[in-house]
Amino acid sequence: MAAGFKTVEPLEYYRRFLKENCRPDGRELGEFRTTTVNIGSISTADGSALVKQGNTTVICGIKAEFAAPPLDAPDRGYVVPNVDLPPLCSSRFRTGPPGEEAQVTSQFIADVLENSQIIKKEDLCISPGKLAWVLYCDLICLDYDGNILDACTFALLAALKNVQLPEVTINEETALAEVNLKKKSYLNVRANPVATSFAVFDDTLLIVDPTGEEEHLSTGTLTIVMDEEGKLCCLHKPGGSGLTGAKLQDCMSRAVSRHKEVSRLLDEVIQSVTHK
Amino acid sequence: MEVAKRADRKVSADTGAESSPRGPVCSLRHFACEQNLLSRPDGSASFLQGDTSVLAGVYGPAEVKVSKEIFNKATLEVILRPKIGLPGVAEKSRERLTRNTCEAVVLGALHPRTSITVVLQVVSDAGSLLACCLNAACMALVDAGVPMRALFCGVSCALDADGNLVLDPTTKQEKEARAVLTFALDSVEQKLLMSTTKGLYSDAELQQCLAAAQAASQHIFRFYRESLQRRYSKS
Repeated sequence: MAAGFKTVEPLEYYRRFLKENCRPDGRELGEFRTTTVNIGSISTADGSALVKQGNTTVICGIKAEFAAPPLDAPDRGYVVPNVDLPPLCSSRFRTGPPGEEAQVTSQFIADVLENSQIIKKEDLCISPGKLAWVLYCDLICLDYDGNILDACTFALLAALKNVQLPEVTINEETALAEVNLKKKSYLNVRANPVATSFAVFDDTLLIVDPTGEEEHLSTGTLTIVMDEEGKLCCLHKPGGSGLTGAKLQDCMSRAVSRHKEVSRLLDEVIQSVTHK
Repeated sequence: MEVAKRADRKVSADTGAESSPRGPVCSLRHFACEQNLLSRPDGSASFLQGDTSVLAGVYGPAEVKVSKEIFNKATLEVILRPKIGLPGVAEKSRERLTRNTCEAVVLGALHPRTSITVVLQVVSDAGSLLACCLNAACMALVDAGVPMRALFCGVSCALDADGNLVLDPTTKQEKEARAVLTFALDSVEQKLLMSTTKGLYSDAELQQCLAAAQAASQHIFRFYRESLQRRYSKS
Protein backbone atom coordinates (compact mmCIF):
# COMPACT_ATOMS: atom_id res chain seq x y z
CA MET A 1 0.00 0.00 0.00
CA ALA A 2 2.86 2.32 0.80
CA ALA A 3 4.46 1.49 -2.53
CA GLY A 4 1.28 2.52 -4.32
CA PHE A 5 1.11 5.80 -2.44
CA LYS A 6 4.77 6.43 -3.19
CA THR A 7 4.22 6.02 -6.93
CA VAL A 8 1.15 8.20 -7.10
CA GLU A 9 2.16 10.99 -4.72
CA PRO A 10 5.94 10.85 -4.20
CA LEU A 11 6.12 14.31 -2.68
CA GLU A 12 3.40 13.67 -0.10
CA TYR A 13 5.01 10.34 0.74
CA TYR A 14 8.25 12.17 1.48
CA ARG A 15 6.56 14.89 3.46
CA ARG A 16 5.09 12.30 5.82
CA PHE A 17 8.60 11.16 6.68
CA LEU A 18 10.06 14.65 6.88
CA LYS A 19 7.38 15.61 9.42
CA GLU A 20 8.84 12.98 11.73
CA ASN A 21 12.33 14.36 11.02
CA CYS A 22 13.55 11.28 9.22
CA ARG A 23 13.75 9.88 5.72
CA PRO A 24 12.45 6.70 4.03
CA ASP A 25 15.82 5.00 4.25
CA GLY A 26 15.88 5.54 8.01
CA ARG A 27 18.44 8.35 8.10
CA GLU A 28 18.09 11.56 10.06
CA LEU A 29 17.98 14.83 8.17
CA GLY A 30 21.62 15.57 8.91
CA GLU A 31 23.01 12.07 8.46
CA PHE A 32 25.23 10.93 5.63
CA ARG A 33 25.05 7.53 3.97
CA THR A 34 27.77 5.00 4.73
CA THR A 35 30.88 6.06 2.87
CA THR A 36 33.53 3.57 1.84
CA VAL A 37 36.73 4.27 -0.06
CA ASN A 38 39.18 1.92 -1.72
CA ILE A 39 42.42 3.25 -3.16
CA GLY A 40 45.01 1.87 -5.53
CA SER A 41 42.70 -0.69 -7.10
CA ILE A 42 43.54 0.11 -10.74
CA SER A 43 47.08 -1.14 -11.36
CA THR A 44 47.39 0.39 -14.81
CA ALA A 45 46.68 3.89 -13.53
CA ASP A 46 49.19 6.02 -11.67
CA GLY A 47 46.63 6.68 -8.95
CA SER A 48 43.10 5.50 -8.40
CA ALA A 49 40.28 5.51 -5.89
CA LEU A 50 36.80 4.05 -5.67
CA VAL A 51 34.26 5.82 -3.47
CA LYS A 52 30.86 4.46 -2.50
CA GLN A 53 28.44 6.78 -0.75
CA GLY A 54 25.35 4.63 -0.11
CA ASN A 55 24.61 3.40 -3.62
CA THR A 56 26.38 6.19 -5.48
CA THR A 57 29.66 4.78 -6.79
CA VAL A 58 32.38 6.83 -8.45
CA ILE A 59 35.77 5.59 -9.57
CA CYS A 60 38.64 7.95 -10.29
CA GLY A 61 41.72 6.99 -12.28
CA ILE A 62 44.68 9.30 -12.80
CA LYS A 63 47.19 8.86 -15.59
CA ALA A 64 50.32 11.00 -15.87
CA GLU A 65 51.77 11.82 -19.24
CA PHE A 66 54.34 14.20 -20.65
CA ALA A 67 53.48 17.45 -22.35
CA ALA A 68 55.06 20.74 -23.26
CA PRO A 69 54.16 23.40 -20.69
CA PRO A 70 51.89 26.26 -21.82
CA LEU A 71 53.68 29.15 -23.49
CA ASP A 72 52.35 31.76 -21.08
CA ALA A 73 53.34 29.73 -18.01
CA PRO A 74 56.44 27.67 -18.86
CA ASP A 75 56.94 26.47 -15.29
CA ARG A 76 53.56 24.82 -14.87
CA GLY A 77 52.04 21.45 -15.65
CA TYR A 78 48.40 20.60 -16.26
CA VAL A 79 45.65 18.84 -14.33
CA VAL A 80 42.78 17.84 -16.61
CA PRO A 81 39.66 16.48 -14.91
CA ASN A 82 36.83 14.80 -16.77
CA VAL A 83 33.63 13.40 -15.37
CA ASP A 84 31.82 10.72 -17.34
CA LEU A 85 28.26 9.70 -16.59
CA PRO A 86 27.75 6.62 -18.77
CA PRO A 87 24.36 5.02 -19.48
CA LEU A 88 25.45 2.28 -17.05
CA CYS A 89 24.93 4.44 -14.00
CA SER A 90 21.39 5.60 -14.65
CA SER A 91 18.62 5.31 -17.21
CA ARG A 92 18.52 9.07 -17.65
CA PHE A 93 21.87 9.18 -19.47
CA ARG A 94 22.30 8.13 -23.08
CA THR A 95 25.35 7.27 -25.17
CA GLY A 96 26.90 10.03 -27.20
CA PRO A 97 28.51 13.34 -26.36
CA PRO A 98 28.56 14.29 -22.66
CA GLY A 99 25.22 15.56 -21.49
CA GLU A 100 24.63 18.65 -19.42
CA GLU A 101 24.96 16.90 -16.07
CA ALA A 102 28.39 15.50 -16.97
CA GLN A 103 29.61 18.85 -18.27
CA VAL A 104 28.40 20.73 -15.21
CA THR A 105 30.04 18.18 -12.89
CA SER A 106 33.30 18.34 -14.88
CA GLN A 107 33.29 22.12 -14.58
CA PHE A 108 32.58 21.86 -10.85
CA ILE A 109 35.53 19.50 -10.32
CA ALA A 110 37.78 21.75 -12.41
CA ASP A 111 36.71 24.72 -10.25
CA VAL A 112 37.40 22.82 -7.02
CA LEU A 113 40.88 21.90 -8.26
CA GLU A 114 41.55 25.49 -9.24
CA ASN A 115 40.12 27.16 -6.13
CA SER A 116 41.57 24.88 -3.48
CA GLN A 117 45.03 24.83 -5.06
CA ILE A 118 45.19 21.16 -4.12
CA ILE A 119 48.12 20.58 -6.47
CA LYS A 120 50.49 23.40 -7.25
CA LYS A 121 50.96 23.29 -10.98
CA GLU A 122 54.56 24.34 -10.49
CA ASP A 123 55.20 20.98 -8.80
CA LEU A 124 54.30 19.25 -12.04
CA CYS A 125 57.01 20.94 -14.05
CA ILE A 126 60.03 18.79 -14.93
CA SER A 127 62.01 21.17 -17.09
CA PRO A 128 60.71 24.75 -17.50
CA GLY A 129 59.65 25.49 -21.02
CA LYS A 130 60.35 21.96 -22.25
CA LEU A 131 58.65 19.21 -20.28
CA ALA A 132 55.91 18.97 -17.71
CA TRP A 133 53.52 16.40 -16.32
CA VAL A 134 49.89 16.44 -17.30
CA LEU A 135 47.57 14.56 -14.95
CA TYR A 136 44.47 13.24 -16.66
CA CYS A 137 41.87 12.64 -13.94
CA ASP A 138 39.01 10.53 -15.21
CA LEU A 139 36.01 10.15 -12.93
CA ILE A 140 33.46 7.58 -13.99
CA CYS A 141 30.20 7.11 -12.20
CA LEU A 142 29.23 3.48 -11.91
CA ASP A 143 25.99 3.97 -10.05
CA TYR A 144 24.06 7.22 -9.85
CA ASP A 145 21.96 7.54 -6.71
CA GLY A 146 22.23 11.23 -6.00
CA ASN A 147 24.95 13.44 -4.57
CA ILE A 148 27.42 12.88 -7.37
CA LEU A 149 29.40 16.03 -6.51
CA ASP A 150 30.41 14.83 -3.04
CA ALA A 151 31.43 11.41 -4.28
CA CYS A 152 33.45 12.83 -7.19
CA THR A 153 35.31 15.31 -5.00
CA PHE A 154 36.16 12.62 -2.48
CA ALA A 155 37.27 10.17 -5.19
CA LEU A 156 39.49 12.81 -6.77
CA LEU A 157 41.10 13.71 -3.46
CA ALA A 158 41.75 10.08 -2.57
CA ALA A 159 43.17 9.29 -6.02
CA LEU A 160 45.47 12.33 -5.97
CA LYS A 161 46.85 11.18 -2.63
CA ASN A 162 47.50 7.80 -4.18
CA VAL A 163 49.35 9.03 -7.27
CA GLN A 164 53.00 8.09 -7.49
CA LEU A 165 55.08 9.79 -10.15
CA PRO A 166 58.39 8.30 -11.32
CA GLU A 167 61.51 10.39 -11.26
CA VAL A 168 62.36 12.01 -14.58
CA THR A 169 65.74 13.36 -15.55
CA ILE A 170 66.62 15.11 -18.78
CA ASN A 171 69.67 13.60 -20.39
CA GLU A 172 72.08 16.49 -21.19
CA GLU A 173 73.49 14.98 -24.39
CA THR A 174 70.44 13.58 -26.09
CA ALA A 175 67.95 16.07 -24.59
CA LEU A 176 65.55 13.18 -24.04
CA ALA A 177 63.70 12.42 -20.86
CA GLU A 178 64.79 9.39 -18.88
CA VAL A 179 62.16 7.86 -16.68
CA ASN A 180 63.25 5.93 -13.61
CA LEU A 181 60.29 3.68 -12.82
CA LYS A 182 61.97 2.27 -9.75
CA LYS A 183 62.04 5.60 -7.95
CA LYS A 184 58.53 6.88 -7.38
CA SER A 185 57.33 9.68 -5.15
CA TYR A 186 53.91 10.79 -3.99
CA LEU A 187 52.37 14.05 -5.11
CA ASN A 188 52.44 17.00 -2.77
CA VAL A 189 48.73 17.36 -1.97
CA ARG A 190 48.40 20.73 -0.29
CA ALA A 191 44.73 20.88 0.57
CA ASN A 192 41.89 18.62 1.58
CA PRO A 193 38.72 19.93 -0.04
CA VAL A 194 35.63 18.02 1.07
CA ALA A 195 32.23 18.61 -0.48
CA THR A 196 28.94 18.51 1.44
CA SER A 197 25.69 18.62 -0.51
CA PHE A 198 22.26 19.59 0.73
CA ALA A 199 18.84 19.45 -0.88
CA VAL A 200 16.18 22.06 -0.13
CA PHE A 201 12.61 20.81 0.32
CA ASP A 202 9.53 23.00 0.13
CA ASP A 203 11.71 26.12 0.42
CA THR A 204 12.44 25.51 4.08
CA LEU A 205 13.79 22.11 4.99
CA LEU A 206 17.41 21.22 4.38
CA ILE A 207 18.50 17.60 4.11
CA VAL A 208 22.03 16.37 3.80
CA ASP A 209 23.34 13.88 1.20
CA PRO A 210 20.22 13.51 -0.97
CA THR A 211 19.57 10.24 -2.78
CA GLY A 212 18.49 10.20 -6.44
CA GLU A 213 14.78 10.34 -5.59
CA GLU A 214 15.25 13.10 -3.05
CA GLU A 215 17.19 15.20 -5.58
CA HIS A 216 14.38 14.76 -8.06
CA LEU A 217 11.75 15.94 -5.57
CA SER A 218 13.79 18.77 -4.09
CA THR A 219 13.26 22.41 -4.94
CA GLY A 220 16.95 23.28 -4.84
CA THR A 221 20.41 22.00 -4.02
CA LEU A 222 23.47 23.48 -2.32
CA THR A 223 27.04 22.20 -2.27
CA ILE A 224 29.69 23.57 0.07
CA VAL A 225 33.32 22.61 -0.49
CA MET A 226 35.37 23.21 2.60
CA ASP A 227 39.08 23.01 3.21
CA GLU A 228 40.83 22.80 6.57
CA GLU A 229 40.36 25.63 9.07
CA GLY A 230 36.93 26.35 7.70
CA LYS A 231 38.14 27.94 4.49
CA LEU A 232 35.57 27.68 1.73
CA CYS A 233 36.62 26.68 -1.76
CA CYS A 234 33.24 26.71 -3.35
CA LEU A 235 29.66 27.60 -2.50
CA HIS A 236 27.73 26.11 -5.36
CA LYS A 237 24.05 26.85 -5.32
CA PRO A 238 22.65 26.45 -8.81
CA GLY A 239 19.34 28.25 -8.39
CA GLY A 240 16.38 26.75 -6.63
CA SER A 241 14.53 28.11 -3.61
CA GLY A 242 15.98 31.00 -1.72
CA LEU A 243 18.02 30.57 1.46
CA THR A 244 18.45 32.96 4.34
CA GLY A 245 21.79 33.71 5.97
CA ALA A 246 20.85 31.73 9.09
CA LYS A 247 20.14 28.55 7.11
CA LEU A 248 23.47 29.00 5.37
CA GLN A 249 25.22 29.08 8.75
CA ASP A 250 23.65 25.73 9.71
CA CYS A 251 24.95 24.26 6.48
CA MET A 252 28.42 25.59 7.21
CA SER A 253 28.58 23.87 10.58
CA ARG A 254 27.44 20.59 9.06
CA ALA A 255 30.08 20.96 6.35
CA VAL A 256 32.78 21.45 9.00
CA SER A 257 31.80 18.23 10.80
CA ARG A 258 31.64 16.34 7.52
CA HIS A 259 35.12 17.55 6.66
CA LYS A 260 36.43 16.01 9.89
CA GLU A 261 34.67 12.69 9.18
CA VAL A 262 36.03 12.45 5.66
CA SER A 263 39.58 13.48 6.60
CA ARG A 264 39.66 10.82 9.31
CA LEU A 265 38.40 8.15 6.91
CA LEU A 266 40.92 9.11 4.25
CA ASP A 267 43.83 9.13 6.71
CA GLU A 268 42.87 5.65 7.93
CA VAL A 269 42.75 4.30 4.39
CA ILE A 270 46.06 5.85 3.38
CA GLN A 271 47.69 4.55 6.57
CA SER A 272 46.48 1.03 5.83
CA VAL A 273 47.83 1.16 2.27
CA THR A 274 51.27 2.43 3.20
CA HIS A 275 51.58 -0.13 6.01
CA LYS A 276 51.10 -3.06 3.61
CA MET B 1 11.94 50.48 -30.15
CA GLU B 2 11.71 51.91 -26.72
CA VAL B 3 14.76 53.01 -24.89
CA ALA B 4 14.45 52.69 -21.16
CA LYS B 5 16.34 55.05 -18.99
CA ARG B 6 20.09 55.12 -18.81
CA ALA B 7 20.96 55.04 -15.19
CA ASP B 8 23.84 57.23 -14.35
CA ARG B 9 24.27 55.58 -11.06
CA LYS B 10 27.42 55.50 -9.10
CA VAL B 11 25.87 54.10 -5.99
CA SER B 12 27.35 53.40 -2.64
CA ALA B 13 26.42 50.14 -1.05
CA ASP B 14 26.85 49.67 2.67
CA THR B 15 28.80 46.66 3.76
CA GLY B 16 26.06 45.38 6.02
CA ALA B 17 25.85 44.32 9.62
CA GLU B 18 29.33 42.88 10.16
CA SER B 19 31.53 45.41 11.87
CA SER B 20 34.69 44.82 9.95
CA PRO B 21 37.55 47.30 10.19
CA ARG B 22 38.12 46.75 6.50
CA GLY B 23 34.64 47.83 5.36
CA PRO B 24 35.21 50.19 2.48
CA VAL B 25 32.66 52.15 0.51
CA CYS B 26 31.77 49.90 -2.39
CA SER B 27 30.27 51.10 -5.59
CA LEU B 28 28.51 49.51 -8.50
CA ARG B 29 29.52 50.55 -11.98
CA HIS B 30 27.27 52.66 -14.13
CA PHE B 31 24.47 50.46 -15.44
CA ALA B 32 21.92 50.82 -18.19
CA CYS B 33 19.15 48.75 -19.68
CA GLU B 34 17.27 48.81 -22.95
CA GLN B 35 14.15 46.73 -23.55
CA ASN B 36 12.21 45.55 -26.57
CA LEU B 37 15.07 46.18 -28.97
CA LEU B 38 14.73 42.97 -31.03
CA SER B 39 11.71 42.32 -33.22
CA ARG B 40 11.56 38.49 -33.36
CA PRO B 41 11.78 37.39 -29.73
CA ASP B 42 8.75 37.82 -27.48
CA GLY B 43 10.90 39.80 -25.10
CA SER B 44 14.39 41.19 -25.26
CA ALA B 45 16.71 43.29 -23.16
CA SER B 46 20.22 44.59 -23.24
CA PHE B 47 21.93 45.14 -19.92
CA LEU B 48 25.11 47.15 -19.50
CA GLN B 49 27.27 47.15 -16.39
CA GLY B 50 30.23 49.43 -16.91
CA ASP B 51 31.75 47.96 -20.09
CA THR B 52 30.15 44.53 -19.74
CA SER B 53 27.17 44.13 -22.02
CA VAL B 54 24.81 41.19 -22.52
CA LEU B 55 21.90 40.90 -24.92
CA ALA B 56 19.02 38.62 -23.92
CA GLY B 57 16.05 37.37 -25.90
CA VAL B 58 13.12 35.36 -24.57
CA TYR B 59 10.85 33.15 -26.63
CA GLY B 60 7.86 31.80 -24.85
CA PRO B 61 5.63 30.28 -23.78
CA ALA B 62 5.99 28.35 -27.02
CA GLU B 63 5.75 24.85 -28.49
CA VAL B 64 7.91 22.24 -26.80
CA LYS B 65 9.35 18.96 -28.08
CA VAL B 66 7.45 15.98 -26.74
CA SER B 67 10.66 14.52 -25.34
CA LYS B 68 11.29 17.64 -23.28
CA GLU B 69 7.79 18.47 -22.14
CA ILE B 70 6.86 18.45 -18.46
CA PHE B 71 3.22 17.69 -17.75
CA ASN B 72 2.61 20.27 -15.04
CA LYS B 73 4.98 23.13 -15.76
CA ALA B 74 6.88 25.00 -18.44
CA THR B 75 10.25 23.73 -19.64
CA LEU B 76 12.84 26.45 -19.26
CA GLU B 77 15.89 26.50 -21.50
CA VAL B 78 18.83 28.85 -21.39
CA ILE B 79 21.35 29.22 -24.20
CA LEU B 80 24.49 31.26 -23.55
CA ARG B 81 26.69 32.23 -26.47
CA PRO B 82 30.17 33.57 -25.73
CA LYS B 83 31.50 36.52 -27.65
CA ILE B 84 34.18 34.50 -29.45
CA GLY B 85 34.64 30.80 -30.00
CA LEU B 86 32.28 27.91 -29.58
CA PRO B 87 30.34 27.39 -26.38
CA GLY B 88 32.19 25.03 -24.06
CA VAL B 89 31.80 23.36 -20.70
CA ALA B 90 32.04 26.65 -18.80
CA GLU B 91 29.09 28.04 -20.77
CA LYS B 92 27.09 24.88 -20.04
CA SER B 93 27.76 25.40 -16.35
CA ARG B 94 26.61 29.04 -16.51
CA GLU B 95 23.52 28.04 -18.49
CA ARG B 96 22.63 25.57 -15.76
CA LEU B 97 23.05 28.25 -13.07
CA THR B 98 20.91 30.79 -14.97
CA ARG B 99 18.28 28.20 -15.80
CA ASN B 100 17.87 27.05 -12.23
CA THR B 101 17.66 30.66 -11.03
CA CYS B 102 14.94 31.44 -13.58
CA GLU B 103 13.07 28.24 -12.73
CA ALA B 104 12.90 29.30 -9.11
CA VAL B 105 11.09 32.54 -9.96
CA VAL B 106 9.13 31.82 -13.14
CA LEU B 107 5.57 30.57 -12.49
CA GLY B 108 5.92 27.59 -14.81
CA ALA B 109 2.77 25.99 -13.47
CA LEU B 110 0.67 28.58 -15.33
CA HIS B 111 1.96 27.33 -18.68
CA PRO B 112 2.28 23.54 -18.57
CA ARG B 113 3.67 21.64 -21.55
CA THR B 114 5.24 24.75 -23.07
CA SER B 115 8.79 25.93 -23.41
CA ILE B 116 10.34 29.22 -22.40
CA THR B 117 13.72 29.80 -24.01
CA VAL B 118 16.15 32.47 -22.83
CA VAL B 119 18.98 33.20 -25.24
CA LEU B 120 21.93 35.23 -23.90
CA GLN B 121 24.57 36.69 -26.16
CA VAL B 122 27.72 38.17 -24.65
CA VAL B 123 28.41 41.44 -26.44
CA SER B 124 31.39 42.53 -24.36
CA ASP B 125 33.01 41.13 -21.24
CA ALA B 126 34.69 43.48 -18.81
CA GLY B 127 34.11 41.63 -15.53
CA SER B 128 31.01 40.42 -13.62
CA LEU B 129 29.73 38.59 -16.68
CA LEU B 130 27.45 36.12 -14.92
CA ALA B 131 25.80 38.88 -12.88
CA CYS B 132 25.16 40.87 -16.05
CA CYS B 133 23.70 37.77 -17.76
CA LEU B 134 21.28 37.27 -14.86
CA ASN B 135 20.16 40.90 -14.94
CA ALA B 136 19.65 40.80 -18.69
CA ALA B 137 17.68 37.55 -18.41
CA CYS B 138 15.40 39.04 -15.76
CA MET B 139 14.70 42.19 -17.78
CA ALA B 140 14.02 40.13 -20.89
CA LEU B 141 11.60 37.85 -19.02
CA VAL B 142 9.76 40.93 -17.75
CA ASP B 143 9.65 42.36 -21.28
CA ALA B 144 8.20 39.09 -22.59
CA GLY B 145 5.48 39.15 -19.96
CA VAL B 146 6.38 35.77 -18.50
CA PRO B 147 4.66 35.46 -15.10
CA MET B 148 7.16 35.48 -12.26
CA ARG B 149 6.81 35.34 -8.49
CA ALA B 150 9.70 37.75 -7.96
CA LEU B 151 12.40 39.58 -9.85
CA PHE B 152 16.00 38.56 -9.43
CA CYS B 153 19.31 40.26 -9.90
CA GLY B 154 22.92 39.20 -10.09
CA VAL B 155 25.65 40.80 -7.98
CA SER B 156 29.34 40.00 -8.12
CA CYS B 157 31.91 40.81 -5.51
CA ALA B 158 35.63 40.29 -5.34
CA LEU B 159 37.84 39.88 -2.28
CA ASP B 160 41.38 41.03 -2.72
CA ALA B 161 44.42 39.78 -0.85
CA ASP B 162 43.86 42.20 2.07
CA GLY B 163 40.24 41.18 2.52
CA ASN B 164 38.79 44.33 0.96
CA LEU B 165 35.48 43.92 -0.76
CA VAL B 166 34.88 45.27 -4.23
CA LEU B 167 31.39 45.07 -5.69
CA ASP B 168 30.90 44.61 -9.43
CA PRO B 169 34.60 44.00 -10.19
CA THR B 170 36.21 44.70 -13.54
CA THR B 171 38.25 42.04 -15.35
CA LYS B 172 41.46 43.38 -13.85
CA GLN B 173 40.04 43.35 -10.32
CA GLU B 174 38.75 39.81 -10.81
CA LYS B 175 42.15 38.58 -11.95
CA GLU B 176 43.96 40.12 -9.01
CA ALA B 177 41.35 39.06 -6.47
CA ARG B 178 41.79 36.20 -4.06
CA ALA B 179 38.14 35.22 -4.43
CA VAL B 180 35.23 36.22 -6.67
CA LEU B 181 31.69 35.50 -5.48
CA THR B 182 28.58 35.87 -7.64
CA PHE B 183 25.11 35.80 -6.09
CA ALA B 184 21.59 35.92 -7.46
CA LEU B 185 19.10 37.46 -5.03
CA ASP B 186 15.34 37.68 -5.24
CA SER B 187 13.44 40.92 -4.92
CA VAL B 188 10.91 39.92 -2.27
CA GLU B 189 13.14 39.07 0.68
CA GLN B 190 16.66 39.27 -0.79
CA LYS B 191 17.04 35.53 -0.27
CA LEU B 192 19.96 33.79 -1.88
CA LEU B 193 18.77 32.09 -5.07
CA MET B 194 22.06 31.20 -6.67
CA SER B 195 25.67 31.38 -5.67
CA THR B 196 28.88 30.45 -7.40
CA THR B 197 32.33 31.24 -6.16
CA LYS B 198 35.93 31.14 -7.21
CA GLY B 199 38.91 31.11 -4.87
CA LEU B 200 39.38 30.59 -1.14
CA TYR B 201 37.61 32.62 1.53
CA SER B 202 36.34 32.21 5.08
CA ASP B 203 32.81 31.93 6.41
CA ALA B 204 32.89 35.44 7.90
CA GLU B 205 33.95 36.90 4.55
CA LEU B 206 31.09 35.04 2.89
CA GLN B 207 28.56 36.63 5.25
CA GLN B 208 30.14 40.03 4.65
CA CYS B 209 29.90 39.64 0.87
CA LEU B 210 26.34 38.37 1.12
CA ALA B 211 25.31 41.38 3.19
CA ALA B 212 27.00 43.76 0.76
CA ALA B 213 25.34 42.00 -2.17
CA GLN B 214 21.93 42.29 -0.50
CA ALA B 215 22.43 46.02 -0.02
CA ALA B 216 23.57 46.46 -3.64
CA SER B 217 20.61 44.44 -4.92
CA GLN B 218 18.26 47.06 -3.47
CA HIS B 219 19.76 49.61 -5.85
CA ILE B 220 19.42 47.27 -8.81
CA PHE B 221 15.79 46.52 -8.00
CA ARG B 222 15.07 50.20 -7.65
CA PHE B 223 16.62 50.72 -11.07
CA TYR B 224 14.43 47.95 -12.56
CA ARG B 225 11.32 49.59 -11.10
CA GLU B 226 12.24 53.05 -12.31
CA SER B 227 13.14 51.93 -15.81
CA LEU B 228 9.88 50.05 -16.16
CA GLN B 229 7.90 52.97 -14.78
CA ARG B 230 9.60 55.28 -17.26
CA ARG B 231 8.85 52.93 -20.12
CA TYR B 232 5.17 52.37 -19.40
CA SER B 233 4.42 55.95 -18.43
CA LYS B 234 5.43 57.16 -21.89
CA SER B 235 2.81 55.00 -23.63
